[in-house]
Amino acid sequence: MSNEKHHIVPYRVYVFVLLGLIALTLLSIEITHIDLGSLTVAGAMVFAAVKSYLVLTWFMHLKYDKPYIVTMVIFVFAVFAVTIVVTFLDYLYR
Amino acid sequence: MEKTNHVVHDHYDAEGSKIGMWFFIFTELLLFGVLFVIYSVYRYMNSDAFHLAALELDTFIGAVNTIILLVSSMTIAMSTTALQKGNKPFTLLLSGITLLLGIVFLVNKYFEWGAKFDHGIYPGSAHLTETFSQGEILFFGLYFIMTGLHALHIIIGLVLISVTMWKINSGKVHAERAALLENSGLYWHLVDIIWIFLFPLFYLIT
Repeated sequence: MSNEKHHIVPYRVYVFVLLGLIALTLLSIEITHIDLGSLTVAGAMVFAAVKSYLVLTWFMHLKYDKPYIVTMVIFVFAVFAVTIVVTFLDYLYR
Repeated sequence: MEKTNHVVHDHYDAEGSKIGMWFFIFTELLLFGVLFVIYSVYRYMNSDAFHLAALELDTFIGAVNTIILLVSSMTIAMSTTALQKGNKPFTLLLSGITLLLGIVFLVNKYFEWGAKFDHGIYPGSAHLTETFSQGEILFFGLYFIMTGLHALHIIIGLVLISVTMWKINSGKVHAERAALLENSGLYWHLVDIIWIFLFPLFYLIT
């Protein structure tokens, strides 16, 4: 467990994460050029979610943070997800 | 109970600062989250109009700005590493690059918005209300509000990073007191994450 106060992340880790993020960006542009109908929106959102995961984990150091901070972040995103789901349940079944 | 033996009153608490920053980031997520909910509902109700309106936006500029922000996120993250290693000039260089990339992002945004204005597309314009459908007007309303609020966050981030650089330069922020740089970085990454969602929603899904 890396819970020490001064966990120094090597530069190369950030370079790898950036390369991954750029690859995902270019891939998402390519994917959305293909007409997948309603799947296009879902596909683009999956790419955005994976990219945010990378930013949160590596750039925002959640990987090295204490579990309670990670728990709070997951909780807030879960609340947001529930808000979206409830809103759409309302619109779909009214 | 008085701690008279403490000569230096040092109120530095890295973990406390970090929690505070995360709480603030949560409120930001809720602020943008509500706008994302509004966007998704209107998109659901006007999917054809949103499809049409999104074609007006230039995917290339959007993609360039995405990569600019991603690189700037990397440089601000690296600057923390540089500070922890005690390399002050490299820390300043990396955060300076972040600052510069943020400005380039805003310049691109300026030209992008400027081109829209030249075509008569701005909130409440006669051209927009007369020739576009209700759904397209909603799309552009959300486009200007969400990218505008995001640009405001970029400006705040730039100010924050400038202050941090000032304090690194004067020695108030260093390897043992890195919280300000780390928290500025967290804020900048938040701005990056918001753009990660704005880009596909406005530029890609056409």
